[in-house]
Order: sequence, then structure tokens, then C-alpha cells
Amino acid sequence: MRVALFIPCYVDQFYPKVAIATLRLLQHLDLDVHYPMQQTCCGQPMANGGFEHLTGSCNSNFIKAFAGYDYIVSPSGSCVLHVKDHLHDDKQEAAATTIRHKVYELCEFLTDIVQVKSIKASFPKNVALHQGCHGQRGLKLASSTETVVPFFSKPLQLLKMVEGLELVDLDRPDECCGFGGTFCVTEEAVSSAMGLSRIDDYTKHQATVITGTDMSCLMHQEGLIRRKKLPFEVMHISEVLIAGL
Amino acid sequence: MSTHNIPHPEAATAFLKDKERVQWHDETLWFVRYKRDKIVNEIPEWEQLRELASQIKDHTLSRLDEYLQEFEAAAISNGVTVHWAADAAEHNRIVHGIMAKHGAQKIVKSKSMLTEECHLNEYLEAQGIEVVDTDLGERIVQLNKEMPSHIVLPAIHIKKEEVGEIFHQHLGTEKGASDPLYLALAAREHLRQKFLAADIAITGVNFAIAETGAIVVCTNEGNADLGAHLAKVHIACMGIEKLIPRTEHLSVFLRMLARNATGQNITAYSSHFRKPAAGSEMHIVIVDNGRTTQLGREAFRNSLKCIRCGACLNTCPVYRRSGGHSYHNATAGPIGAILAPNLDMRKNADLPFASTLCGSCTDVCPVKIDIHNQLYQWRQVLTQEGYVPAAKTASMKVMASVLSSPARYTFAGKWARKFLRWFPSLALNKKLNPWARQRDLPEPPKESFREWYRKQASGK
Repeated sequence: MRVALFIPCYVDQFYPKVAIATLRLLQHLDLDVHYPMQQTCCGQPMANGGFEHLTGSCNSNFIKAFAGYDYIVSPSGSCVLHVKDHLHDDKQEAAATTIRHKVYELCEFLTDIVQVKSIKASFPKNVALHQGCHGQRGLKLASSTETVVPFFSKPLQLLKMVEGLELVDLDRPDECCGFGGTFCVTEEAVSSAMGLSRIDDYTKHQATVITGTDMSCLMHQEGLIRRKKLPFEVMHISEVLIAGL
Repeated sequence: MSTHNIPHPEAATAFLKDKERVQWHDETLWFVRYKRDKIVNEIPEWEQLRELASQIKDHTLSRLDEYLQEFEAAAISNGVTVHWAADAAEHNRIVHGIMAKHGAQKIVKSKSMLTEECHLNEYLEAQGIEVVDTDLGERIVQLNKEMPSHIVLPAIHIKKEEVGEIFHQHLGTEKGASDPLYLALAAREHLRQKFLAADIAITGVNFAIAETGAIVVCTNEGNADLGAHLAKVHIACMGIEKLIPRTEHLSVFLRMLARNATGQNITAYSSHFRKPAAGSEMHIVIVDNGRTTQLGREAFRNSLKCIRCGACLNTCPVYRRSGGHSYHNATAGPIGAILAPNLDMRKNADLPFASTLCGSCTDVCPVKIDIHNQLYQWRQVLTQEGYVPAAKTASMKVMASVLSSPARYTFAGKWARKFLRWFPSLALNKKLNPWARQRDLPEPPKESFREWYRKQASGK
């Protein structure tokens, strides 16, 4: 099984530690992981901003980078959802379709494909999970509180395997943090207010670590946390899942 | 009266200045969402109901012309006068024409988002006619000379102390009194006089049944019934999308509407109007006002399935923190943001961007409108039609060029990180960079992942 690592552009540039954690986690599970150097960005920033028509060259570059692998795995629900929903290319639509079906967010890859039953990580801290909306509602990584379906959560399933980790319950387990791509600057006031509400929820429930499936949501919340000099640690779920390994 | 043309981000920023009020607004609406969750979870087949409701509406929209004609014929045979209005102006003229025929000067009106959309009140008031909104929340905003801020809870942005002040000024209640029961009794007393004096009653329509020609109006206050039964003339105003084929379909929608809207099992009144009482008149005004255009836009067609439960407003984290008026339309929130551009792209180009695309609206929708996907699609349309600022287009072109080329991307990423390390104060300038107003930037690492990976690979 040849697995390609799809690292979102902002993770590559600003959170290499998250990419390294993802790589180590997959290697720890004895997977044959490759990072195609050709990759850049999935095109989501333009598309969500209303400029999907400018993403053609991102799409063809993405296809060139990731063609031929058995699976494509990424530590981001949002970028994976974008690829699944919007990766098209008139000149190589068959290849695009194949990739749309082979791309997985890290947690769902671990629970559904690798079918991980245990993780050796140890992380004795109070952890709050921020469930990124695109992963949760878009990729269905977890049931949403709006719908009347049996509860499930792939990220929680994995976090529960980590020794010593205490999950804190939140008042609003799946409220959006307000990142929203360009929304975080075009609607800065609402975006920040939404993020601060999330942080109030973590504070109220005495979490010390905030984790999540999307570094973009976490980058936004970390920005608010650091500006307010709050004592939370912010970690991507891949970092938690290799803690103590 | 309205906040036209103030773009959503600015209006939201103004709304967010009063932190305490925003928190109250957010928590009040979240409580409605909580009550809704509790009651829908008592229905194990909720998701099946959603699917059924969605299919009934999809089917109806696919044969809307036939159902409209069936409805018209049935209504006429019931003794109802049916009018067709192509747009808001024609709707208002028709209503005024009926009033003129009867020499009517006083109108009571139960809640109707359609008449808000058509600005009927302003139109009639300009002709010297008194229009009294009889829904309590609507009456509060009417007295306060505002638009409703929510399609189900029109005065949700107003605190009870403020209602006390509005009633003190307009209804003569005691200064400083804010007891909800006291204020409700004062409103009841005031509205009774208006009901008794009215020449004509206007109601909205929640559902129009094609096979019988009947309409159904849902209220909690019984104000639609009181108005329609006391006045000699009842005018019901409806958009063309209110149709359902048969009476049996009503059972699906009535089980969902109040549960999803406010967390009640059912509205206190689900009133069926079929024919005028002896000696009275009943009119139905069927309005298009852009709906057939929306019906013709394939990507946006299913927005017409909306039954106006308002759940997408309650659940929307942006709506809860920016208030209904920031959407500068009769219908606010996510549903408003996908309906409004259909009527006027230029005026409403800001609205589809007032969302993080979190998808909560789509999951809460009782008729499965893919609201967040339509927000995304509207962004594409608005961009293609040239309704976004030129500077945004220019910067997006640069971004697309950098992000699609491995060489340009690697180069730009390296220099962006260097720039952040060398000039943190410039990057954190709150005027130049809105990100930095309330947020720090991530610590720029010395090397990117790809740089690290390449080193690792060559070291092997």
C-alpha cells in the first residue's frame, strides 16, 4: 500500500511539526508513506472566495502530484473535503475522479482503512476536541448535533485510545470556530467573536489542551489564545496521537 | 427604517461593539436551537421525515405550474377570489385595490414574511391606510420602526426592558415596567381594539393545498384567526412556493415546522381557511417576485423548498453574532443570504460571503436545502458576474498563480516566513492586516516541512 502524504500549504509553511507528526504516526503504523514534492495547494482559498474558476492550474498540479498512489492522506478535513467536492480537470477527468475517491482525512483513514484498534500514545492531560466543520459535516468524520442519527466520532474514537487522556465535554461540541478561510479577515469581527466563544467553552470546562482535525481552525484559535496570553496548549490531533511514542 | 447598503461585515462589526448584548443574543438563540434539538430527538424517524418533506417539495417544484392551476381552480370553486402578482409592486397594488373597493382604512395583519419582502406596510401607509401587525413580535418592531430581525422571532434582538420602554411610549404602560405578563396583557388589550375596528384582515400562508384550494396559517397567538374572522374581508398573501399537492402532505410539514422552529410540538394554532363565511370575502394573492427566476436557476432551485422555520438562523454562528438587521433584507440569516442575491445581486453581493460554510444550516434544515453549498455557488456566480471588488480579483489571481506552481510556491513561502520573522510589527499592523486585530500570527518556523523532508530524504 503506497500512501501519499498531502500536506496543506499553510501546514507545510507554518506548522511543519504537524506534517512531521502525521508522517511519523503513519510510519509508526508500518505504512509506506511518500511526500510528493510537486504538491502545492488544493485551491480551496480561491474557490471558497468565489474564484473556483482560477483553480484549474492548482487542480492539474494536484493531479500530477498525487496520481498513482493507493491512498492520499492529509491532516486536514477541510482541504480533503475541497478535493473530494471540487477536484476536476477537463483534460484528465478520470484521474481527477480516481483521486477524489482515494483522498482521506487522517482520522478516517486510521479508523476506516487502517482500522486501528489501539494506539500506544500516552497523553495525561485534559483535552478539548474542536471538531472542524468541514471534516465533521462535510466528510462525516462525526455525527452532527443537528441530525437525529446514532452518535459517532472518528477523532474521538482515536483520542479514546490514548492512555491517560481526559476528554472534556463542551457545551457546544460542534459549533464553528469562525475561521472560514478568507472569512477570518473579511468578517474579522464575527470571526474573532466566534473563536472567543469557543475559547470560553474550553475555559469553562477546564481543558488545558485544545486539539482538532484542522490546523486552520486551530491557527485561528491559537492566534486569539496567544493574544490574550491564555495558558492553553494548541495541538493538532496527529501530535496528540504520537505523544509519548 | 432598514439598514440597506451597509455591507454585512460593517453592520456586524457595529452589532458586536456591545459585547454583553451579543452574548445575550447568541445565548437566547442558542437556547431555541437547544429546545429544537431536544424535541426533534424525540422523533426517531426525524431524518426520514426530512427526506419525505424534501421529496414532496422537490416534486411540487418540478410541477409547480400544474399545481398552481389546480390550486387556483379549487380556490375559485370554493368562492375565493384569486389574484396573480408578478412582483412586489403588483402585489401591493392588488391589496390596495381590494381595500379601495371596500373603502377600507384599517387593516390588521398577521405575520407574513412575503408582505415584509414586498414592503406592503410602507406602501399602504403612504396611501393613508393604518396597518397594524398583530403578531406580538411584529407589533413590537413595527412600533419601534424597525424591520423584523428574524423570520419567526421578529423582535428577538429587543430585550424585555426595551419592550417596556416602547410600550410605555406607544401604549401608555407604566414607565420602567418590564414584566412579560404585564406587557403581553397590555399588547392584548391594545390589539383587541385594533381587531374590532379593522375593515380588512391580511394573513400570510404557511401551506397552500393544491387539491382543495385551502390555505393553512400557523400562529401561536391566534391572531390570524381573530383577524380573519372579525373582518369582512380576508386577504391571504402567498409566494408561489407555498404549495403542497395534497392535504395528507400537511401531516409531514406540521410535524416538523414548530419542532424545528421553536422546539414546540406544534404551533398553538394551525388554522385552515377554505372558503369565505356567508357575507364575507376571501382573496388569495399569489406572488412570484423573482421566484420563477430562482426556479430557473438549477443550482439554487431548491431554496424554494423553504418552509420558513428559521432554524438555520438560530443555528448560524454568524447570524447569532451579527444580528438579523446586518443582512439588510426581510429574510435574514443563511436562507436570506441565498434568496436575496436572486432579487438583486449588486445589493446583496456581501451576503453569501457572510458565512464560514460550516454547514450547520444544511444539517438543521427540515426540507434538506443544501444552504451552505448554495452560499458557495452564489460566491462563484457573484464573482463571475463582476460583483466583487477589483482588488480582490487581482489578489486572487496572484494567489492562484503562486499556489499552483511548486517553484513559485516554495519561493514565496520561504520569503513569507522570513518576512514574518524580520518584520513582525509590520505583519501585526492592525490596519494593514485584519487578522492581527485580535489574533497573533503563528510563529514562523525556520524551515518548511518540504525543506525538512528533503533533508531527511537526502540524509538517508
